[in-house]
Amino acid sequence: MPATQSSNHVRPAAITAQGWGWRHAGRSTPAIQDLDLRIEPGERVLLLGPSGAGKSTLLHALAGVLGDEEDDSDETGSLLIDGVAPREQRGRAGLMQQDPETQVVLSRVGDDVAFGAENLAVPRDEIWARVHEALDDVGLRTAAGGGLALDHPTAALSGGQKQRLALAGILAMRPGLILLDEPTANLDPVGVLEVRDAVERCLDKTGATLVVVEHRVSVWKDLVDRIVVLQPPSAGGGVLLDGPPDQVLTEARTMLMAAGVWVPGYVPATRARRTTTQETGGHESTAQFLLVAQDLAVSREKPRRRRFKTIPPVPVQSGISAQVRAGQALTITGPNGAGKSTFALTLAGLLAPVDGKVSAAVELSEGAGIDPFKWKADQLISRIGTVFQEPEHQFVTGKVLDELMFGPKHLGHGEERVDELVERLRLTHLVDANPYTLSGGEKRRLSVATVLAAHPKVLVLDEPTFGQDANTWAELASFLSELLDAGTAVVSVTHDEEFSAVLGGTELRLDPATPRVPDSQSESARQEAGAA
Amino acid sequence: MRDALNLRGNQALLTRANPLVKFVSVFLISLVLALSIDWVSASTALVAELALFPLAGLTLGLLWQRAWPLIIAAAIGGWSTAIVAADSGAVLLDVGLWSISEGSLQLGLGFMLRGLAIALPAILLMTCTDPTDLADALAQKARLPHRFVLGSLAAMRLVGLMAEEWQTIGMARRARGVGSQGSPLQRLKATLGQSFGLLVQAVRRASRLAITMEARGFGGAQRTWARESTYSLLDVWVLLGGLVIAAAAVLTAVGAGTWSFVWR
Repeated sequence: MPATQSSNHVRPAAITAQGWGWRHAGRSTPAIQDLDLRIEPGERVLLLGPSGAGKSTLLHALAGVLGDEEDDSDETGSLLIDGVAPREQRGRAGLMQQDPETQVVLSRVGDDVAFGAENLAVPRDEIWARVHEALDDVGLRTAAGGGLALDHPTAALSGGQKQRLALAGILAMRPGLILLDEPTANLDPVGVLEVRDAVERCLDKTGATLVVVEHRVSVWKDLVDRIVVLQPPSAGGGVLLDGPPDQVLTEARTMLMAAGVWVPGYVPATRARRTTTQETGGHESTAQFLLVAQDLAVSREKPRRRRFKTIPPVPVQSGISAQVRAGQALTITGPNGAGKSTFALTLAGLLAPVDGKVSAAVELSEGAGIDPFKWKADQLISRIGTVFQEPEHQFVTGKVLDELMFGPKHLGHGEERVDELVERLRLTHLVDANPYTLSGGEKRRLSVATVLAAHPKVLVLDEPTFGQDANTWAELASFLSELLDAGTAVVSVTHDEEFSAVLGGTELRLDPATPRVPDSQSESARQEAGAA
Repeated sequence: MRDALNLRGNQALLTRANPLVKFVSVFLISLVLALSIDWVSASTALVAELALFPLAGLTLGLLWQRAWPLIIAAAIGGWSTAIVAADSGAVLLDVGLWSISEGSLQLGLGFMLRGLAIALPAILLMTCTDPTDLADALAQKARLPHRFVLGSLAAMRLVGLMAEEWQTIGMARRARGVGSQGSPLQRLKATLGQSFGLLVQAVRRASRLAITMEARGFGGAQRTWARESTYSLLDVWVLLGGLVIAAAAVLTAVGAGTWSFVWR
């Protein structure tokens, strides 16, 4: 590889905001206002604040991707990078967003990293030197990081790898400012560390300025040297607190906790289970079986038909046995790719098992048959409720109240329960709103409420706490603990140990199935296995 | 598992040819075949195309896997043409309303062969061409606007994601009590609802992807290309090959006296 060149020098960027504010097109109130802030070159800043404080808006503005002349958005004051408007200096700042799927532009790893440098009209030889260097810097080329070749398909990467690829694409532009907008909210704990460490390594090397927005303070606390807390425009806007991490976290601990920020060492108070696992452990027979999985093999793919034969899909996980009992929690844990969600969806009667079976006890099926996958949709929702990871996937109407009434209306009963749910999950002020316009926490609460409105005996949740602030987290955990005590069975797929601790019950750990050996190598592999 | 659109592992000769040249050759063959409706030109082209399979790394199994709907459609199209076309020549089969004569059989056969002969070059092109390389060639060599070409390329990547999302949304909606059972009208309603859900997700994804691209400096007037799209000696052969197949199709048909323009 060509030696690093003089153009490799990154000039860290300075940020100045003076009375800056922004109102999005079509909104009556500003997203952010009266911001006065100076960030020195090379500083590393964690940006905090309650939802609605305009953190993402600020990052988008710094990345130069906020609005344009033709729409009727409104800017006040000035926001400059090195004294120049961000939009006029493309490539000076690099932005990473939350959803890993949309951080990848092209289908081959090398091409994707090169994309930004191409757009900045960097000469070809220099681009490839930068691509190699950036991939090394984010650790995607070490054996542990996947040892990726330049033509490796980007579709085959994990979430953490995709985010590191995005970081490499940003580094290849040699930006003086790196902007991270909740970069690890969608990742499992392993992915979170991968991304954090890659960011730290790259900052140490380039000296670039960093601004990161993230709810989970503990991930970034030791990496940043300053925390800035923004205040929502409704509370006056501007900067509420600004200083070294320890100082801000001590001074503002109570305020930050109230705002739902995950301050280090803070586990929000939740309602305790009335009956814990230990107590019931001695006499398990008291809890009713509702669902049983026997030697289950699961896959999202459907069987294929070829030459009059049905070929079953390759299961992502097999040999799973589990029991779901009334009033007890079952937590499914394990690394990404172990088939946790696939198993949960199969258990919930939404996917057909590849092998083995899921059987519902009479107490649950109530005459609907033994196999949940064969139940009709309205039979299913009054027995097993499933809350998906992405709430928007489950919205079927245009109004929060209709959304809640949907299940009961189809079933012909249970409409009276909706009022109680609305109040319990603090949705009262939102009943007339469009579900798609709610905040992340509100969407999560709504999606749980809509599924519960059908009064299922088993509730299945897929990563219910991903990306949630501490307040929503505590509400959800407390609410589920109540449900459990009232006799509902709760099955959750989660990486969140504190969450499973609140729910109690049993843990089912799934580890990735041993990867299948490619056909060309299977012969020698088999021989080796035979020799051993 | 190899991605259908990824060419890793395909070492065939034609993968090294310039995508734009391949594209032009394919276009030439399809254009000529679209001019006539006889079976001689179509079968000449078809035979030549089959001979190109190894050069593109395509096998009959792979072809069936990727293009079975096309192949079945061509067969059905040919069969129904043979049945319903006006009889001419000796009648071979007569079942009440339907009859197959020499003339109608020829027409049906021509129809089927033509469908295959026009579709095959496109499948050959897809087998030995990476979409990214095609985009490079279209932007650098054919001088199409790079905003349009790269925008389409990035959008194509989302299509695969959308297929997964469709399945997830289907399950998520069943979990809300929207079933695939019921009357055709109910099913239609359910499918429309699911499409709306997918549309919302597609728009969200697309706008986030657009921000990602813009934040990486996409959309400026000046841009360099990390991968240079180049011509080589091989491309001369590819172009010649296209010309020869097209010419052979016309000449054999004219020689056999079967060439007939579609508009006559």
